[in-house]
Amino acid sequence: MNWLNTILILALAYVAVFLEGSFDVIRNLLGAQITLLPALMVYASLTAEIGTVALLAVCGGLWRDSFSIDPLGASILPLMVIGYIIMWKRDLLLREYQFVQMALGLAAGAVFPLATLFLLLNVGREPLLGWGLVWQCVVGTLTGGVLAPLLFGLFSRVRRAIEYPALNQSSFREDREIKRGRQ
Amino acid sequence: MLNKRHYIILALVVLLVVVLLSLPGRTEGRLKLAIKGLFLPLTGLAAWTHEATAGNGETLTSKRELLRTNAELRASNQLLTFQLRQASNALGENERLRLMLNFRRQKPAWNLVPARVIARDPETWWRSVWIDLGSGTPGMRTNLAVLTAEGALAGKVVSVGKTESRVLLLGDPGLLVAVFTGTNRLSGTLTAGSAGVPGNNMAELENLFGESAGRTVRPGDEVVTWGVAGGVFPAGIPVGRVVDVPRKDYGAATEARVRLSANLDTLENVWVFILP
Repeated sequence: MNWLNTILILALAYVAVFLEGSFDVIRNLLGAQITLLPALMVYASLTAEIGTVALLAVCGGLWRDSFSIDPLGASILPLMVIGYIIMWKRDLLLREYQFVQMALGLAAGAVFPLATLFLLLNVGREPLLGWGLVWQCVVGTLTGGVLAPLLFGLFSRVRRAIEYPALNQSSFREDREIKRGRQ
Repeated sequence: MLNKRHYIILALVVLLVVVLLSLPGRTEGRLKLAIKGLFLPLTGLAAWTHEATAGNGETLTSKRELLRTNAELRASNQLLTFQLRQASNALGENERLRLMLNFRRQKPAWNLVPARVIARDPETWWRSVWIDLGSGTPGMRTNLAVLTAEGALAGKVVSVGKTESRVLLLGDPGLLVAVFTGTNRLSGTLTAGSAGVPGNNMAELENLFGESAGRTVRPGDEVVTWGVAGGVFPAGIPVGRVVDVPRKDYGAATEARVRLSANLDTLENVWVFILP
């Protein structure tokens, strides 16, 4: 497990959950809450190992639920399912392409609220259902699609800044040089 | 591709979720408060930044004194408006008491403690906020009424942590309020109704019984809390106004839509009613 990547992902999830709960400017502007967790899960499941994906699902879900009336654990399973499905097929995904990142972000943004809601209804909760939910899904989907490529770019920059650059090794070897002309 | 380790971790996460979802309400509440406590450093940082920004703003402006006076006057105005409403309600109640000899005055003296909204529920299908009063505030406990700065009903306290508490707002499916329509004294229950629509500060008034030719609910009627004995909300707190009364095809009880007095989307400062 790459601990630096894991720590960066969890730190961003921690700050993002706090900002979602504490600052309502965007929420009041859009009439819906935007969330970073689905897009972050897309990034984690495409670049990290299963341990990081599970940690993000558990920690991110618990942090988010602690701000909400959702029962504790309601956000964990939707996040885990998103991460797990992407991990399952990630060898087949062209993860370097922004289009693919955006498509996965869109899908994750749409699935997350719906899966959470499905879980809530199945544990006997009665959330507010109305046009607000439809709008929330639309905003969540678009947010996921926009944020996923941005996160890839952000993490790439951060890792370039704090990790050693990859050593460019030349294939030239002195002992295998073909000497021309007379010695 | 997935291997055995992936399946084991998925199974562990599912098991954890099942355990968490089956926790008793009280344990879950405590666990939530404990987890929420992890955000205290950020909450403190945000509060400090807020204060620092406000302080800087004052030093930069040449009208500092004017702004301060203005803020004081606004606060004073809000308090007076609230007290005027309270006095008006008390007067009305007094008149009714004179008419109804057996009616006893049940409203005890309440303390009003100001609080600041520090966080909101990230899910749009619930209506709740966090305020910066915790168990350190004398008298702070669950089931206390919470009012807006102007004195309209906002919600009630549902959980109390060390430094912060959760307030369930009007419009949440978990909050039912016994109310009267102001002029006709028809009693009913305020429920979430169409509160799921963003920016729609509405609620549903249900179970309005006792309607007759002389006692009907009309658009514009004020809705105030009933204040039933043993209830959470004291009597006479303004809740909203009736917007319309849909035509009733069947059933004995009438329903009405109510526009809430409190703008719950922009709550910043609230009052908490604390028992002495």
